[in-house]
Amino acid sequence: MSTASHTTDHGHDHDHDHGPARGLSRWILTTNHKDIGTLYLLFSLAMFFVGGAMALVIRAELFEPGLQVVDPHFFNQMTTLHALVMIFGAVMPAFVGLANWLIPMMVGAPDMALPRMNNWSFWIMPFAFTLLLSTLFMPGGGPAGGWTLYPPLVLQTGSAFPFVILAVHMMGASSIMGAINIIATILNLRAPGMTLMKMPLFVWTWLITAFLLIAVMPVLAGTVTMLLTDKFFGTSFFNAAGGGDPVMFQHIFWFFGHPEVYIMILPAFGVISQIIPTFARKPLFGYASMVYATASIAFLSFIVWAHHMFTVGMPLAGELFFMYATMLIAVPTGVKVFNWVSTMWRGAMTFETPMLFAIAFVILFTIGGFSGLMLAIAPADFQYHDTYFVVAHFHYVLVPGAVFSIMAAAYYWLPKWTGHMYNEKLGKLHFWLSVIGVNVLFFPQHFLGLAGMPRRIPDYALQFTEFNMVSTVGAFLFGFSQLFFLYNVIQTIRGGAKATDQVWEGAEGLEWTLSSPPPYHTFTTAPEIK
Amino acid sequence: MGTREALAVANRRMVRRLLLLTAAMFGFGFALVPLYDVLCEITGLNGKTNGRAVAAVEPMKIDESRTVTVEFVANLNVGAPWEFAPRVTRMQVHPGRFYQTHFLAKNLANQPMTGQAIPSVAPGLAASHFQKIECFCFNRQRFQVGEGKEMPVTFRIDPDLPPDVRTVTLSYTFFRIDDAGG
Ligand code: HEM
Ligand SMILES: [Cu+2]
Repeated sequence: MSTASHTTDHGHDHDHDHGPARGLSRWILTTNHKDIGTLYLLFSLAMFFVGGAMALVIRAELFEPGLQVVDPHFFNQMTTLHALVMIFGAVMPAFVGLANWLIPMMVGAPDMALPRMNNWSFWIMPFAFTLLLSTLFMPGGGPAGGWTLYPPLVLQTGSAFPFVILAVHMMGASSIMGAINIIATILNLRAPGMTLMKMPLFVWTWLITAFLLIAVMPVLAGTVTMLLTDKFFGTSFFNAAGGGDPVMFQHIFWFFGHPEVYIMILPAFGVISQIIPTFARKPLFGYASMVYATASIAFLSFIVWAHHMFTVGMPLAGELFFMYATMLIAVPTGVKVFNWVSTMWRGAMTFETPMLFAIAFVILFTIGGFSGLMLAIAPADFQYHDTYFVVAHFHYVLVPGAVFSIMAAAYYWLPKWTGHMYNEKLGKLHFWLSVIGVNVLFFPQHFLGLAGMPRRIPDYALQFTEFNMVSTVGAFLFGFSQLFFLYNVIQTIRGGAKATDQVWEGAEGLEWTLSSPPPYHTFTTAPEIK
Repeated sequence: MGTREALAVANRRMVRRLLLLTAAMFGFGFALVPLYDVLCEITGLNGKTNGRAVAAVEPMKIDESRTVTVEFVANLNVGAPWEFAPRVTRMQVHPGRFYQTHFLAKNLANQPMTGQAIPSVAPGLAASHFQKIECFCFNRQRFQVGEGKEMPVTFRIDPDLPPDVRTVTLSYTFFRIDDAGG
């Protein structure tokens, strides 16, 4: 507590060279971790609505069998771009934004270790996404072969092809710079006394995620470079006519792709592990086991990639290896779920909006984990692969998983960031509409997949109509409920009841010792850790 | 002041190491290509069968007691304006004996074309037991306008073929490779 007033005073003493610059140049030139965190979060929010609009185009087309709203080629561009925008534009930048805002405040550091690089890694993103979205207007349209960019299909992309690859390179460079910055901050800038095993779990999960990013984003960059040279420079990495093999692309892509899905969920685990103890008013159950579980998930994520390609014709030994390795991941994941539930057990729980989202996360993410286990059964996957069952699986882990955790985080820390309480009634309304919408949207997709409806096709057989209609209704309900979130965030930024420094009765950690909103520069002298 | 400089040095060292790791992983992505090829060559996992004739044709014990079905499949790559089909779609063979069959191809474009057929064998583990001594896939094939050809394959199945394999599929995909100069 003493540190809070100390740093606040310090900030005031030096206001002449420490306050934010004015006008637009503040945001363009800023190297302040709080400004950059805000930029990332706002960018992510914008992309969430762009990607969401694409999803509604997809669901509108699938409301009825037959082709009514868009032509198939445009439908394919929507599925491809929806995924790329949501993964690289909405979920990943949201977590990087949270990292920027929170990690320095949680470890008692004055800023990120490499503030200037921080500025670059953000400002690459708007350019990358302008480029990516502009491909929609190029001859031949945007990429339409799916976000997984499988050759030879992806090589049929029109003029957009090299621009898509360049956009992917730019996003990759941004993520790698962000990851380097986060690792350097956590390893070099912790306040004295903040040992690794005292770090808040959000910091731990981000440290591990950052290493995953550095390990796999370069592999993605490499493999899309191979696509590029195959198309324009006559190489044959994936071209069978020249001795290459298209299946090899899948191996390299998923070597990136599976760790990538954990890049999108480990920081979510961190967020949930911060929120549940606050509202259960109990310390996190099994802190050390949470750290080890996160590390083992990260390690295992490198040896399960071929569960995305059980049907390419692997030998039996390969199928078995990847099946068992995949199932093994459920063990540390189960440890986490167990710890969250145990933290809530006999806690003095209250159910403010962040806690509601966190509890929904625990339940609905677990459903996604179970459908993942079903998919991990190699012989069964021959039936489910490339059907709506897979779509249901990954949306359960990503929407009420990763996206709900981001919303929980926004409600949880928004009072700290802005100094204002958000509108709790509106928050709860947003929660209930979202949680109903998301289930109406994705649960029927399990049934569609089990009955054999293929993914990424704009038309379907008549017997799938009812479930598709239900799913589309859920999609519009979920999509439009997000406007309540937008409105609530804007209102909270502009004003509202004054938030206290601690904000939540049960909140613990260095960030809650600072004023709400925190001064522009915090912890310029390191706090003391008890 | 001293600690601030020490911190700057530590940060620079950290960045250097992490950039090195990034570069190494970029290289690793490319290293996966030869690794994967070597692995597949040793194990024959992905059904890649030799695009070359077997080096030495030693006689093998012919196993009259066993019959294996060999199926033939012909595919065209996108933008390959040929007609392409096997003469027969399946044959019953005894392991160890040589057999010959033909594939038919006809140029449908109004210009001369060069094509190359790429073979593949399923199941993948049978690939290393499928020997070809003569195959149109060993060379590029040049076609005049409207020209049709009957192209031979001579092959045998190694008697060491795992006993649970009763059907082997030999598939060719025909690629257009004019740009390569044929
Ligand atoms: C218990 C943990 C999990 C298991 C066992 C599991 C298993 C699987 C399997 C076997 C597939 C391939 C299905 C197919 O294509 O036939 C798959 C697909 C997928 N999973 Fe999971 N998964 C798990 C958790 C997650 C998590 C946490 C995420 C992300 C947050 C995730 C995201 C995805 C995505 C995006 C795909 C589809 C990729 C595509 O084809 O476009 N999964 N999962
Ligand atoms: Cu996976």
